[in-house]
This record gives sequence, C-alpha cells and structure tokens, in this order.
Amino acid sequence: MTMSADNIILIKPEELYDEASRLRYDAKEPMDYLRDIVGMDWGEEGLGALYYLESTSTGARRVLKVVAADRKNAFGCAEHSFLPSVCSLWKTARIKEREVFDFFGIRFTGNPDMRRLFLREDWKGYPLRKDYDMDSNPLNMDNETNADVTEEYTLRPDGTVEGRENVVFGKEDFVVNIGPQHPSTHGVLRMRTSIDGENIRRIDPILGYIHRGIEKMNESLTYPQTLALTDRLDYLSAHQNRHALCMCIEQAAGIGIPERAQYIRTIMDELQRIDSHLLFYSCLVMDMGGLTPFFYGFREREMILDIMEETTGGRLIQNYNVIGGVQADLHPDFRRKVKEFIKHLRSVIKDYHDIFTDNVIARRRLVGVGVLSREDAISLGATGGTGRASGWSNDVRKRHPYAMYGKVDFREITRTEGDSFARYMVRMDEIMESCHIIEQLIDNIPEGEFRVKTKAIIKLPEGNFSTSVESSRGEFGVMLESHGDKYPYRLHYRSTGLPLVDTMDTVCRGQKIADLIAIGGTLDFVIPDIDR
Amino acid sequence: MEVKKRAEIRSMQYDEFRNNDYLERMADQLNRDGAGVIVGSADELINWGRSNSLWSLTFGTSCCAIEFMALGAARYDMARFGFEVTRNSPRQADMIMVLGTITYRMAPVLKRLYDQMAEPKYVVAVGGCTISGGPFRKSYHVVNGIDKIIPVDVFIPGCPPRPEAFYYGMMQLQRKIKVERFLGGVNRKEDDKAPVTREQGSHPDGEPRQLVNLSTCQLNKEEE
Repeated sequence: MTMSADNIILIKPEELYDEASRLRYDAKEPMDYLRDIVGMDWGEEGLGALYYLESTSTGARRVLKVVAADRKNAFGCAEHSFLPSVCSLWKTARIKEREVFDFFGIRFTGNPDMRRLFLREDWKGYPLRKDYDMDSNPLNMDNETNADVTEEYTLRPDGTVEGRENVVFGKEDFVVNIGPQHPSTHGVLRMRTSIDGENIRRIDPILGYIHRGIEKMNESLTYPQTLALTDRLDYLSAHQNRHALCMCIEQAAGIGIPERAQYIRTIMDELQRIDSHLLFYSCLVMDMGGLTPFFYGFREREMILDIMEETTGGRLIQNYNVIGGVQADLHPDFRRKVKEFIKHLRSVIKDYHDIFTDNVIARRRLVGVGVLSREDAISLGATGGTGRASGWSNDVRKRHPYAMYGKVDFREITRTEGDSFARYMVRMDEIMESCHIIEQLIDNIPEGEFRVKTKAIIKLPEGNFSTSVESSRGEFGVMLESHGDKYPYRLHYRSTGLPLVDTMDTVCRGQKIADLIAIGGTLDFVIPDIDR
Repeated sequence: MEVKKRAEIRSMQYDEFRNNDYLERMADQLNRDGAGVIVGSADELINWGRSNSLWSLTFGTSCCAIEFMALGAARYDMARFGFEVTRNSPRQADMIMVLGTITYRMAPVLKRLYDQMAEPKYVVAVGGCTISGGPFRKSYHVVNGIDKIIPVDVFIPGCPPRPEAFYYGMMQLQRKIKVERFLGGVNRKEDDKAPVTREQGSHPDGEPRQLVNLSTCQLNKEEE
C-alpha cells in the first residue's frame, strides 16, 4: 500500500466561506462531513487551519488550507487573527473552532460562541503557538468562575471586525451543574444544564478537566516516542489509537508491514472493541441502576484482558503496536484462548440480553429517548455507533479499509431509529460482528516476521499525512504535518468523543433530566480522549 | 502502660510488607506519649473497625479509574477487604482515591473536595500521573504530583497499577490506621488549614505526616 501526502487545496481566508459552501453543497459530491479542523501555527507564514472534509455519499476526502496571512493584522485588527467561521455549514465546526481559538488564538467571525474550550477562562496565551512560553501559566488554585456571556465577532463589509456579546445562560435560566466529579459522566466531564421544570433546555459542556496537552508534547517527542501517549487518549481504544498513529508514520516513511503483523493488529483491534463494548454495557446498566449486569460484563472482559496481557504485558495500557509491526509475537496460547473466549461469549451473550435488553424498565428508558437524526449526526460529526444508530454508515473499516478489513467479511451494523436503544443495540450487535471478524482471521495468521526493523530515529518527508481508523467509539484520526525533522511539526488527533459530547446539547433538548445520564451513556464517550 | 500497636493484616505476613519501620516509628511515638489501658484498648477496637470499613470517594479522572472498576467486579472483589462502599459525596467518605492525571483545571476542584471531607481523612494517590505527573510531566497543564496540593498517605505506582498493587496500597493504609491514636488523636483533629504540602503536612500527633512510598513494592517487582 502506498500513500502520498495529503492533497491540500490552499484557499485565501476571504474566499474560505464561499469555497467551503460550494464543496458542502456540491451536486455530485457534497462534502457534508467535516472530519476535523486542525489549527496550525506556521511561524512566519502565519496562523491558520486545515479543514478535513469527507463526502458521505462517495467517501472522497479533501483538505483545505487557510492561512490568516498576517499573524497580527488580519482584517485590520491590531491584536488578533481572524478567520471566517463555517459553523453554519457544519454544526460540528462550532466546537472545533472553539478548540482552535483556545490553542491558537484565532478568532472565527460568525461563530456565536468564542469561549475557551479546554483551558481556564483566565488562561494567558495560546499554548499550541510555537512562541508560547511554557512557564507563563503556573498552577492557579483559585476556584474558577465561568462567564455567562461569550463574544461573537462579525465581519463588516468594509473588512473591519465588530464584536458583541452573546448570552450563554441568562437570568431566567435555572442552571444545574453536573460534574466534573460525578460517577456517571464517564470521566471528568462537566455539564451546565439549564432546565425548565424537568425538561432540559440547554446543555453547555465544560471540558478540559483532563486536558494534558498531548498535542503540544508531541512536538518535542521523536516519532517512536509519540506512540506512548496514544494509549492514554481513549484507553478503551488503546490498540486502535496506536494503530492509527503507527499507520500514519509507516505510510509517510514508506515502511511496509509484514502480513502477520497486519493480522495481529486486526485481531487485537477487534478484541479491544469487544472489551470496550462490554465495558459500555456494564457502565450503561450500572448508570441506570442495575448492578448484576455490571458483573456479567466484567466477567467476560477479564478474559480478554488475560488474553491481551499474555501477549502484550499490559491489562489496560498495552503499548503493543510499534512502527513497523508489533512489539512482541503472539503468546503460544493466544489462538486457543481467543477461540475458547469467542465460544464462551456466544454462549453467554443471551444472558446479557435476557437481563437487560428485554427488561421493561430498560426499554421504557431507552426506546424513543434522545433521538438523533441522520442529518444532525453527519453535521455534528457523530461517528461510530452513535452515527450508525441514526442510519449513517460511517464505519471506517468499510469506507476506507485498512489492515485486514478489506479482506474479511463483516456486516456494518446500522439502525434507523437514532434513539438511545438503537445506540445500545448497535454496540451489542457489533460485539458479535467483531467475534465474526476474529474467527475468520485467527486460524489463518501467516507465519513470518511480526515486525520489520526500523531505525531508532525516524525522519519523515515533508508534507501532511493523515490516517483514520474505526476505534471503539468512532473515527479516530491522526493528522500529521512534517517538516522533515525527527519530530513532528504538528501532530493532531481527531477525538472521537468531542463531537459526541457536542451532540449532547442537540439530543437532550426537551428531554427529561432523568434521561440525561442514560443518553450520555449510550453516546459512549471517554473524556481523556476528548481533552487530549 | 504500653499498648501493643502492631499493624497486622490477617491475609499477609508482617514481614512481607515494606515500610514497616515507618509504622513502628508511629507506634513508638504513641507509646512514648503514653496511653491509658482503657483508651488504648478502645483505640484498637475503633481502629479495627475503621480500617476495615474504609469508604472511598470515587475520584476517577482517567485510565486508573477503569482498573478501579475492575477491582469492584467479581474477580478482584474489593469487598473482601471492606472498602467496596464507594461514595459520590465527599461528606460521606473516609478517604479519597485519586485515580488519574490531575490537571491545572482540576486541581482547585480536587482541593475543594478534599476540604469538604470530614476528618479523619486519608488520600491515596494512584498511578504515575498523580505521583509525579507521569508521562505528562513536561506538559503545561498537568500537576506534577498531587502532594503539591493535598497531603498523601499512600502512593500506588503503576500505569495503571495492577489490581494486586491496589490491594497492597490499601492494606498499607489499613495498617496505618491501625496504629493511629483515635481517641484524643485523629478524632479531635479539626483544623485543616489551606495548602498542605509534603513538608508542611500535619500529622495527628503533631509530627509531619509521613509518606508510605511503595515504589519499590514487592508486588511490582515480581511483575517486572
């Protein structure tokens, strides 16, 4: 498999909106899915962003590059760089542009919400800029206050920028604070939720409580070193995350992977998916008040952890994929144990459904609750099981096959209801589909090398490279810009969870606050992956 | 009158624990200060009860929290040790188990939760991130060790620690509680003044709060 650098179309800032709009509503190939916006600091060239687009009908991908030409004086404003917002074309742009603003200080004209996303509101400077002083923000132990107003900038016809304030929560709003220390938000998510009686009016997610600055750290790590941090993004997709980064570096450096390694990676990815979905089941049920199924899920999950541990040495964080293959060969018992496990899982999965899926209470709380339409799923970039439950076939394994996925037979599970129950069922069915994939591969693992030798220091050619994989909860992407060094110039990860958290507001409006946790549980996000 | 204070755990031999000298020093100190027969015996009874019903505040921020969930499931079953009751409110918790990276944004929240807990309270720092910042040490947004914010009683290293390491750490905390003076000691402690660091950390008996560092713990060595 060969791959060249991403094909990038350079666009002037003032033409961005028109060009994006043309691509978005193209008759033949509408680019209706905005994969990600990657903020960039090109030094002398200026600040800017890369827009990764995809057409859900054809699968074609485009990358747009925009540079806010003058670092300081774009649009005649002395202090800030501005770019036009595309949030009226793709809903997901709203939160992605906030991320870019938070890290680079680029303001987007037309985005109604220009608050910081991950960092404190009193944070000074923009950490992902190349000239950021790493010591400029010491630990601040003051309790944080959140502003109820936000700024919006609009571009006047004469090219100058006008600012105004938008209200997030007004005086009439009754706001309930959920998190960040809450057992059912699946991590340190905080949601400011305004309610009208029992009904949710608006959810404002506050992120960044586990923001570790991984993308900035990457810029001073060599390529093999950057691998270590991917497992800690979404630790329930540890294999898939690392797989994506390894693939990206391998493709950029032109390293071919032995077939045996491809088989191992695929099997491990699927085992990880089963692991994650079992945990999803356990947590969802526990959030909704059922304790017994939690023990069911963890019983089978421990069996996977045992299998993984024998080969990789780790239970949760495995550090298994490396550039050029995998860290170690499979354990001699691997094949036997995996087959035994799948046989066992098939025999017990009925219990899972008996105790929960067909439960009257579960059905009443899941069916018809928290409906996400297909259009919204695409516009919000809600990939993975969430999108598939709304009828959007977005499985990267099918649309852009990698590793062995092009050669195995499996069904992409989709449903059309888009409610909590559909999201739950998609994941339950995917467990069986993953078993099916593993069964096709496990007996045919070819002999040979599990790893090719690579240099300790790897230099990538100049250019932009990107890969994506289907992680346990959606499309995980790696966007890499290399300037020919042994360190990446910029290494960005497409978070699977950020669009899902962003979806909360759309899905929950008008729903009962008691259903909030169940809806969040079925959306299935992992916060460390969002905050990075 | 000397009260025998020896921190025994039934399922593990005394000599198999590390950091015994630290607990023995605590016991010595107690005996030097003197304890009456009745008070001393009542202490032992109360501490036996306290150490075997530790309620923890769940404070999972990342990866380690998943391992903590595994601890709660049937295979590792932490109910055997008496700390299966997890509380979601700091007001009801005896100890806070910090599971995962603490970032700058989270630090004030952690401190606030700690302050809201009732005395006597204990802190267990789980995983490399809470101990030193771990792999994110050089980040602009990660606290390099939670002992900069709150006093820590037990460190459990690992990334994430194995369930067995969790148990070792928790048993160490139980042993520490067993040698404490409860009546007139930790039950009377009410002054919890703002930032306590490793040096300033206050011990119930007026000594600096000492730290059990398990970085050389046997269980971990065996795994390597």
